[in-house]
Amino acid sequence: MSQANLLERRSVVSHLLAERNDAIVVGGLGASTYDIAAAGDHDRNFYLWGAMGGAVMIGLGMALAQPKLPVVVITGDGEMLMGMGSLATVGLQKPANLTIVVLDNEVYGETGGQASHTASTVDLVGVARSCGISDARAIGTMADIETFAPSMQDVSSGPRFASIKIDSANLERVLSSRDGQFTVTRIRGALGFGPI
Amino acid sequence: MHARTDAPPETAASWPEDIFAILQRFDVRQVPYVPDAGHSQLIERVLAASSMRAVPLTTEEEGVALLAGAWAGGQRGVLLMQSSGVGNCVNMLSLTQIFRLPFLTLVTMRGEWGEFNPWQVPMGSSTAAVLELSGIKVLRASHAEEVREVVEAAAGQAYNACTPTAVLLSQRLIGAKVFTK
Repeated sequence: MSQANLLERRSVVSHLLAERNDAIVVGGLGASTYDIAAAGDHDRNFYLWGAMGGAVMIGLGMALAQPKLPVVVITGDGEMLMGMGSLATVGLQKPANLTIVVLDNEVYGETGGQASHTASTVDLVGVARSCGISDARAIGTMADIETFAPSMQDVSSGPRFASIKIDSANLERVLSSRDGQFTVTRIRGALGFGPI
Repeated sequence: MHARTDAPPETAASWPEDIFAILQRFDVRQVPYVPDAGHSQLIERVLAASSMRAVPLTTEEEGVALLAGAWAGGQRGVLLMQSSGVGNCVNMLSLTQIFRLPFLTLVTMRGEWGEFNPWQVPMGSSTAAVLELSGIKVLRASHAEEVREVVEAAAGQAYNACTPTAVLLSQRLIGAKVFTK
């Protein structure tokens, strides 16, 4: 099912990551991880296949450890709802190099398309702002995506939050590695950290 | 049995200082926590330490995920929480195995040793088993004089051998909480 006036998730993510440079990209479990894989495998991609609700906190731990690197969390509305408290924790820490992007299709696409809270009541941009993330916005056009993408490289003005309403079409899965040790070891290697 | 109140004791205990010194020696940089009276002295030391980032959480599972990101980014951390918080972490503890994390948590115990509040007892009674079922090695310190060697061993195996480890700090050590009107 494709809805008029809503953005297409793969196109959104590939545009966001086209000029990613050295950014670390954390993908929430489910379709967000497939979208990041579809944009191209990268040794700084942090793919999640579980830990629902943990994507933003993984991004925060990385952002605090590597304050000069852009860290981008790309996740879905269901995953974000499960970890909503983490927006409060980010708002308190204010990591200037962290960007949180929610691809909001208003459904749990992996489990049959059940409606999420964002379909009717929850305004995640308002939640983020209330949690102290003052740079919080809703993005509705590809032109806005093109404007927003370069800002993710700015490691001095975050944290920033963007909610992007996307259509709820279930796309063909693009499977990343699901080996967590491989993923983390590869990221650590890219940052210059060897094995124990 | 000695008692404690919510306010920090007038005379500081020495074992939280022992823990702080060990964390510094192991170059621990990120310290996520949900406050507990038993951790109050250590939390104050961490908040005042320029080499450490204290990260107050809304729920304990956030801390497990934070430490996974920290490790991928090259930093060590430790999660400070109370025994009831262990129950909040269960699914997120998967990350310790999935990533083979150098995971260390220090857990102040409730629900044992003279507990006044029955609501603390169920989770306090299952804390060690929940951690073990989740693949975490569990050590325990019940007396002030053993805290240093227990935490030292825990930090060693967690950080040097990537063996996820929890230290339970007994209510006998921290003192049963006193409820007064």
